[in-house]
Amino acid sequence: MTEPLLQVRNLRKVFPITKGVFARKVGEVRAVHDVSFDIMPGETLSLVGESGCGKTTTGRAILRLIEPTSGEVKFAGRDVLSMNASELRALRREMQIIFQDPVSSLNPRMTVGTAIREGITIHKLAEGAEADRRVGRLLDEVGLRKEYANKYPHEFSGGQRQRIGIARALAVEPKFIVCDEPVSALDVSVQAQVINLLRDLQKERGLTYLFIAHDLSVVKHMSDRVAVMYLGKIVELARGEDLYREPTMPYTQALLSAVPVADPTLEKQRILLEGDVPSPADPPSGCVFHPRCHHPAKDAACSKIDPPLEEKAPAHLAACIKQPPTVITWQEQQQAGGVNPPVKYFPVVEQLTRQSTETPQGAI
Amino acid sequence: MTEPLLSVENLRTYFHGAAAVAKSVDGVSFVVNAGETVGIVGESGCGKSVTALSILRLIQPPGRIESGSRILFEGKDLVSLDDAGMRHVRGNRISMIFQEPMSALNPVFTVGDQVAEVARVHGTGSRKDAWNRAVEMLTLTGIPSPGERAKQYPHQLSGGMRQRVLIAMALMMNPALVIADEPTTALDVTIQAQILELLLDLQKRLGTSILMITHDLGVVAETATRVLVMYGGEIVEEASVRTLFDAAHHPYTEGLMNAMPQISDSRERLNVIPGTVPPPTAWPTGCRFRDRCPYSWERCEREHPPLYQISEGHTSRCHLAVEPERRAHPHLPLVEQTGAIL
Repeated sequence: MTEPLLQVRNLRKVFPITKGVFARKVGEVRAVHDVSFDIMPGETLSLVGESGCGKTTTGRAILRLIEPTSGEVKFAGRDVLSMNASELRALRREMQIIFQDPVSSLNPRMTVGTAIREGITIHKLAEGAEADRRVGRLLDEVGLRKEYANKYPHEFSGGQRQRIGIARALAVEPKFIVCDEPVSALDVSVQAQVINLLRDLQKERGLTYLFIAHDLSVVKHMSDRVAVMYLGKIVELARGEDLYREPTMPYTQALLSAVPVADPTLEKQRILLEGDVPSPADPPSGCVFHPRCHHPAKDAACSKIDPPLEEKAPAHLAACIKQPPTVITWQEQQQAGGVNPPVKYFPVVEQLTRQSTETPQGAI
Repeated sequence: MTEPLLSVENLRTYFHGAAAVAKSVDGVSFVVNAGETVGIVGESGCGKSVTALSILRLIQPPGRIESGSRILFEGKDLVSLDDAGMRHVRGNRISMIFQEPMSALNPVFTVGDQVAEVARVHGTGSRKDAWNRAVEMLTLTGIPSPGERAKQYPHQLSGGMRQRVLIAMALMMNPALVIADEPTTALDVTIQAQILELLLDLQKRLGTSILMITHDLGVVAETATRVLVMYGGEIVEEASVRTLFDAAHHPYTEGLMNAMPQISDSRERLNVIPGTVPPPTAWPTGCRFRDRCPYSWERCEREHPPLYQISEGHTSRCHLAVEPERRAHPHLPLVEQTGAIL
């Protein structure tokens, strides 16, 4: 078995809430809470979730663009969190990021060529004509003309700017790229171009991606494995096909069923969540999802016991004490006020109905 | 058949810049019947939002609705209506729900005041009546403890809650038509599901017509009965929602559907539409989609396609309607052939 390229253990990030002239601390926001995962070389792991779930903070904390509060991040066996500034700079050659908004992530006064060259110069990868040749090759690789190196960002469309952002990330020949909502700001037809480009580059260069997105259909096209986040925690982690076929955590079920489907003939059985995501400054006790949960066995134990992220099926992790199997025994649940024993609950969401009609299993 | 509620005829809205004229909406015609939900789909810059703003005459100079355009609504032509008449229509007979609820609400007034203001402007009843009606509308939109919420300011509410406030405002005067411009684009998917459900439920109860403007084919499939696809300032295809998804005719519609990642499919690669939308200051001659089209031939450059009738209620602005055999031989689109860049 190969070693994971990236190992994240119990990553936490707490932002203080301050008040008054002396910035007195009056509370804290739990943006990321005990997040752990591995990414294998060449793999794409996606982090999905709604606004404020901590997915972007997780991505940035791994690169130390935000300093994590505690936890462990290992990249190719090296401890990222204990690195000093110069070690970190060297590491950034191997770890890059592509941002959501290609307009604000490019300097408007810098030509595209200069912007792409910056990384090459800083890391002393090439100079002079050789650096120019590299910039040309990169532009070519992301589907832009070499001559565009002399133009400024405002001369490009959104999709082209995102290609520039990708070329810039690739300039230092990284192994690992955090893609932070790289296609959310793009139109459908252009979005497909950028998704295909990211996949092609991954194949050609053997890149490893941490793909952060809120759009579940985009994620499905990009990922090998998917982690669903809710209020700073990973609540489900599985191979993409397993997660979409059999979402186990009730939140994932609701999230999948909420995606509008471009098929007017489909009968929807939608799980509508009540209310809004609670404030991460005051997360619910026990399972963070319990106030909105629709699992039929939900009871008082859910508000007391913090559910561990545990294996519900081979390589399929979910955090729910009411979905068997669970290490939280029935006795423990009863002691915490539980009245409903765990029971398997897989509501039929619309995508599943369609798949099962298309591929009848065990047909007689 | 009864009179349509809204009938837009040859709407042209141009923006007269110093250097060029942007023909953002260029000859758009459609109708909305009473109680119907019509979807307008298209990408950024296709003219869908300008169409909506034109109906409410919210176009600012240098933008202008060109002469010859007609917007017939309840027996009046909104294009030539005077300002007082237009004020009576806006918010009263036709209202609008905007994409970004935070910027559509005034941060220094309570949401209750803002909803009640609609009734006060349109001069029905006392201040107290208006407030009570506002609370009633907030209740209808499913805001918990509406009496308390009405006294709060926009920043105290979540995004989904603010969008409910906007819906309450829009429905306050029981309008005949609601124009929803990307009403759920800024919202998370679970909140989007709540809001769409709410809109459809209210429509059923109140019998309002909805013009739903969106870039999301999924949202259209779930809400609209009839769909207009816009590209390059024109309607390129119109069909019932079923027909559109079963048998799209226009290559742009086809491309859009293939390019969309779907949760229910597992394709390795997405089909792309090469290139980008041309700028409204320089639409290509002939067919405006021809550069990006896999079927285009010399006729497409020479001749601007009319809206051909494909079947009952289904029209398409594509010469394939009269030369269908061309569909069997797709080629690389022009932008790829000429080495121009995606």
